[in-house]
Amino acid sequence: MINQLETPLYESIVAKFEIAALQSRNTQIGDLRQQAFDIFKASGFPSPKNEEWKYTNVLPFLKDEFELEISQDELSEATFDKVAKMVTTHIEAIQNSIKGEQKGAYRLIAVNGKFNETLSILPEAGKIKIQALSAATEEPAFIQNFGKIATIKDNAFAALNTALFHDGLFIEVPKNVSLDKPLHVINVLLADANVFIQPRNLFVIHANASLEIIETTITNEAGHTIFANGVTEIAVAENAHLHHYDIQTGHKGLRLVQRTEATQEQHSNYSNYTFTLPGTELVRNNLILHLNAKDLESHLYGLYLTADKQLVDNHTEVHHKMPNGESNQLYKGVLMDNSKAVFNGKIYVYEDAQKTNAFQQSNNILFSEKATVNAKPQLEIFADDVKCSHGTTIGQMNKESLFYLQSRGISEQTAKNMMVNAFAFDVTQKIKIAPVRVYLEKLIAAEMEKNVH
Amino acid sequence: MLSIKNLHAGVEEKEILKGLNLEVKPGEVHAIMGPNGAGKSSLASVLSGRPNYEVTEGSVMLDGKDLLEMSPEDRAREGVFLAFQYPIEIPGVSNINFLKTAMNEMRAYKGLEPYTAKEFLALSKEKQKLVEFDAKLVNRSLNEGFSGGEKKRNEIFQLAMLEPKLAILDETDSGLDIDALRIVSRGVNKLRSDKNAFIIITHYQRLLDYIVPDFVHVLSDGKIVKTGGKELALELEEKGYDWIKEEAVS
Ligand SMILES: Nc1ncnc2c1ncn2[C@@H]1O[C@H](COP(=O)(O)OP(=O)(O)OP(=O)(O)O)[C@@H](O)[C@H]1O
Ligand SMILES: [Mg+2]
Repeated sequence: MINQLETPLYESIVAKFEIAALQSRNTQIGDLRQQAFDIFKASGFPSPKNEEWKYTNVLPFLKDEFELEISQDELSEATFDKVAKMVTTHIEAIQNSIKGEQKGAYRLIAVNGKFNETLSILPEAGKIKIQALSAATEEPAFIQNFGKIATIKDNAFAALNTALFHDGLFIEVPKNVSLDKPLHVINVLLADANVFIQPRNLFVIHANASLEIIETTITNEAGHTIFANGVTEIAVAENAHLHHYDIQTGHKGLRLVQRTEATQEQHSNYSNYTFTLPGTELVRNNLILHLNAKDLESHLYGLYLTADKQLVDNHTEVHHKMPNGESNQLYKGVLMDNSKAVFNGKIYVYEDAQKTNAFQQSNNILFSEKATVNAKPQLEIFADDVKCSHGTTIGQMNKESLFYLQSRGISEQTAKNMMVNAFAFDVTQKIKIAPVRVYLEKLIAAEMEKNVH
Repeated sequence: MLSIKNLHAGVEEKEILKGLNLEVKPGEVHAIMGPNGAGKSSLASVLSGRPNYEVTEGSVMLDGKDLLEMSPEDRAREGVFLAFQYPIEIPGVSNINFLKTAMNEMRAYKGLEPYTAKEFLALSKEKQKLVEFDAKLVNRSLNEGFSGGEKKRNEIFQLAMLEPKLAILDETDSGLDIDALRIVSRGVNKLRSDKNAFIIITHYQRLLDYIVPDFVHVLSDGKIVKTGGKELALELEEKGYDWIKEEAVS
């Protein structure tokens, strides 16, 4: 085990667990928490000596004094008003930027991971089940899936989340149900001190059902550090479809480590779209897909625009376990200032997974000489009749193109913006919800605007 | 309109333009001919503000304003247009959005309201017709997968849309088929007025049959070594450049 003494957090976590273990009366969860805690305790937080964290040193981000105790009480009236205002501002900002594209969405509000029904606008009861994870422990879908999808072995953060998560969202779409509008999940992160938040979600999409989830995150910029260590487990049943969007905006002081792990059954489609924008100091996305049946497809699209000293790390794992699976990964990055990006994409093709079609591409452009990218594809193939391809590029902004645009009277700023949009186009065109695409393009434009050199 | 005096410019340490002088007045068409590597495209680059070129001496004034002080976009907004010898492909940027952005940024520079979608569309239709530019190409990615001739035609379409004060055509004729050459020339002739001027860089006298120049200059080794009327082009076609080089040395 590495030396964790520099992180007071480790000590307080160990102390905290003893209390939490006593509180957990449900034995299924209690045992799991204990098991997860033992894993975390043995390994501690990962250091760069850990191959998985080679280019992302999280230890400096864990040095602050963090509060582990997140209030699970109902929000006070003042806090409620504050959150309501934050949500309204956020929605207005989105609506302003997607004028003319409104399609509408249901709205699900989670405050520090805790479901807030009053602020949410949900589909009519009975269509889909949405509740706090803590309230769903007796649900068959919970019992069947919870803790069984996320891999905690060798994953200190996921283990820690499992041991000490507070609460999260439970979303279940019954058989044959499709929502008429996307579900917009707004993750509100609140802090009146430095906090270490651990949300835990479970999404279960039953056979022939489909859902579009759009996640956004808002925080109160109170000058406190927020470290969010989230885990989302997802089960996508036969012929079910889940399009999962995650728009990661943030600010200095926000640190984000998350693990999204999904299982898929036959004829299912899980598509993940992860967009990271400047702001958040540290982002580490772990996206793991288990293609447990044959004839299914997975799509992983990523776009990161990084600035300042930001560190954005995307780790993906696609496990092709059965024949005829198709996975498609496209990650694109634009790096500015002193920012750093990491992409690590693993594709495993198991022995039985004949006729697998796995594609992976990671393209990056550096907008600054001080920005760096570490991109690494990793393929482990144990079947012989498969099609796998991967590619990585790291380039600079094309100066000739820039000059061409400028020579037509387009400002350098706009020209760069156009080129970033053009670069991102193969990813943004995959977005199935037009307002999401417009919103993202506006966010990019606004960030490029700030980055005037 | 344009006044170039003793222009010295180069790339990195290499001097390419070596004391070039040129005066262009409104309404005039100047042809620039000269051997490969003489510095014709370099002159076009320096005028339009290509970043890797460095001016070491001399001045370039456009209607009394110092062109060399301006960013490439401001030169364009002041009315300089370069039809590139090798137009670049920019995948993902739509031709029409690019033009709309360009025109509206230019209008904003002049304090004008942006075009409405309708106005822009009407204008675009009119100019497409003028240069017989294929409507299908308008909506594609900028020059992506365009044939050589289509790229050149797109340059002229942009020229027609932007209506510059000073248009520099760098070998726009090379790569054009005979019909396209005629169409492009006709387009340019329609755009000619007593308020604008053209600098036409070409290797072939043929283009100058269609777009009749007021002056023909020979650029050799970074300088203009001979200037004449349109007959000079004919003479060059017949005799090549060696006699001028000899003349210049003696
Ligand atoms: N980026 C560069 N680096 C070094 N040399 C350059 C560069 N660009 C141009 N040159 C050189 O400058 C000289 C003039 O080039 P230029 O392209 O201006 O010639 P040109 O007259 O347009 O020729 P052509 O008729 O073949 O188009 C050539 O010798 C060329 O090799
Ligand atoms: Mg040339």
